[in-house]
Amino acid sequence: MKILVCISKTPDTTTKIAFTEGNTKLDENGVQWIINPYDEWYSLVKAIELKEKDASVTIHLITVGGADTEPIIRKALALGGDEAIRVNNNSNDSFIVAQEIAAIAKEGSYDLILTGKETIDYNSASIGSMLCALLDQNFISAAVKLDLNGNTLQVVREIDGGEETGELNFPAIISCQKGMAEQRIPNMRGIMAARTKPLKVVEASVTNATTHIKNFELPPAKSGVKLIDPDNMDELVRLLKEEAKVI
Amino acid sequence: MVLIYIDQDEQEIKKASFEAISYGATIAKQLGTTAEALLLGTVKNNLADLGKWGANKVHHVNNIVLNSFDARVNATVVAETAKSLGATVLIFAHNLNGRAIAPAVAVKLGAGIVTGACALPKTDAGFVVTKTVFSGKAFASIEISTPIKVISINQNSFGTVISDAIATVHELAVAVPSSTLKITSVHKIQGEVPLTEASLVVSGGRGLKGPEHWGVLLDLAKALGASTACSRPVSDADWRPHHEHVGQTGIQIAPNLYIAIGISGAIQHLAGVNRSKTIVVINKDGEAPFFKAADYGVVGDAFEVVPALTAAILKSKSNA
Repeated sequence: MKILVCISKTPDTTTKIAFTEGNTKLDENGVQWIINPYDEWYSLVKAIELKEKDASVTIHLITVGGADTEPIIRKALALGGDEAIRVNNNSNDSFIVAQEIAAIAKEGSYDLILTGKETIDYNSASIGSMLCALLDQNFISAAVKLDLNGNTLQVVREIDGGEETGELNFPAIISCQKGMAEQRIPNMRGIMAARTKPLKVVEASVTNATTHIKNFELPPAKSGVKLIDPDNMDELVRLLKEEAKVI
Repeated sequence: MVLIYIDQDEQEIKKASFEAISYGATIAKQLGTTAEALLLGTVKNNLADLGKWGANKVHHVNNIVLNSFDARVNATVVAETAKSLGATVLIFAHNLNGRAIAPAVAVKLGAGIVTGACALPKTDAGFVVTKTVFSGKAFASIEISTPIKVISINQNSFGTVISDAIATVHELAVAVPSSTLKITSVHKIQGEVPLTEASLVVSGGRGLKGPEHWGVLLDLAKALGASTACSRPVSDADWRPHHEHVGQTGIQIAPNLYIAIGISGAIQHLAGVNRSKTIVVINKDGEAPFFKAADYGVVGDAFEVVPALTAAILKSKSNA
């Protein structure tokens, strides 16, 4: 079985977000870059778990981005991918990114493509669904569990207020979230091995963007908290009713 | 024409879709065109009633196969229908099913898409949509430059606009591709409003010291009719189920009222809840960072403050 895991580079979850160049760019000063948590904790580790059960599984990683994404790819390889492909395209348009991934996916004829539920920077949650259309393959989004039974995949996905279990065959695209696997830390052997694992760079082939970011904005600051005497909860109820009008 | 996708679950129209209709209808007015809804499968709701939320027409693909959701099949049917009806703007709720198909539909239509929009598009010059980015820590204004535009709207960010209008219902015959996905079981959490749909949420953190102390929080939630949530350390420690975890890597919610009990307010937690309209923070540590993001704060012991708040709510309800 061949698995393609989509990897994206995002700012660390503790990053204080600020913008520069007239609010058109993220201020990257002091930003720690990480593998998008959904890509790392859930889709990559799930792929590794499948490989641990069946040694014939190969895991390829793909990222669409500039050379600055390579430390992230090496970390992903240290966790457990076999080889990686970087498509040298800096676009942040999901449509472009999905088309680049689809081109690689077609060439590699993968059985399973795993993505994170969304990236924690643009939160588009688009790549898996776009690949579904570009490759005309089954797509399960926001999956919390994946089991393999011969050639049949059993996948549990989140639905509003519950979970739904479905069965499908390869090839398939699954977007992964919490529940899918447990976070791991790369070990020294993995880090050493990652240095020599193949990382192939492919030139960008798609450039026609369908969207572009005009500017960013930070949410307006809260006007300040109104502190209520802990012995006067009637006052809090009154404020929630009459001032905030939420109950 | 603005086409709005109506999501259904177990033959009931999802709450998020009513908001999507009102959002789409407002855009249609802005553009001087009609708002038309598209429903796949069969539902118990009266479709003409969708006029209330602003749909002029409802297109109905009445095929029972479409009652179970298959992203590949649904996206194909929506894209084919949008093409044949000549839709120029497509609206989806940014709920679980909307997220699964809106980007696929955009690809099939060669359309630019903005997911997780939180305001009406600006259409006076170009077509610019504002969405939340960095998990709610910021907004981005994104221009869509293709002739067809696709938007998914964040739940609880626009609201509904209701009138007494009635929609006309049109039955559509559309070829439905065969599904190769077999749904084998559905498990619903009984008796609770899904967190993403809840307008009132009471949430607990490590400050409650252990799962055996959740009673005070549950009593408050019951008195308010609120759903319950928790912070990541709480779900990681299995004090509460994973589906209650709100935050950057959990569920992102935007209720009218979010009451945080014993949660310090780490930046990752705030990212999941900072779109709430009103935030109340109850914490015995007056220096907790969450107070900076709160509208109302109570510095005090949760085990005293929360029962007192519950009593005050019950008292106010019995006086009403």
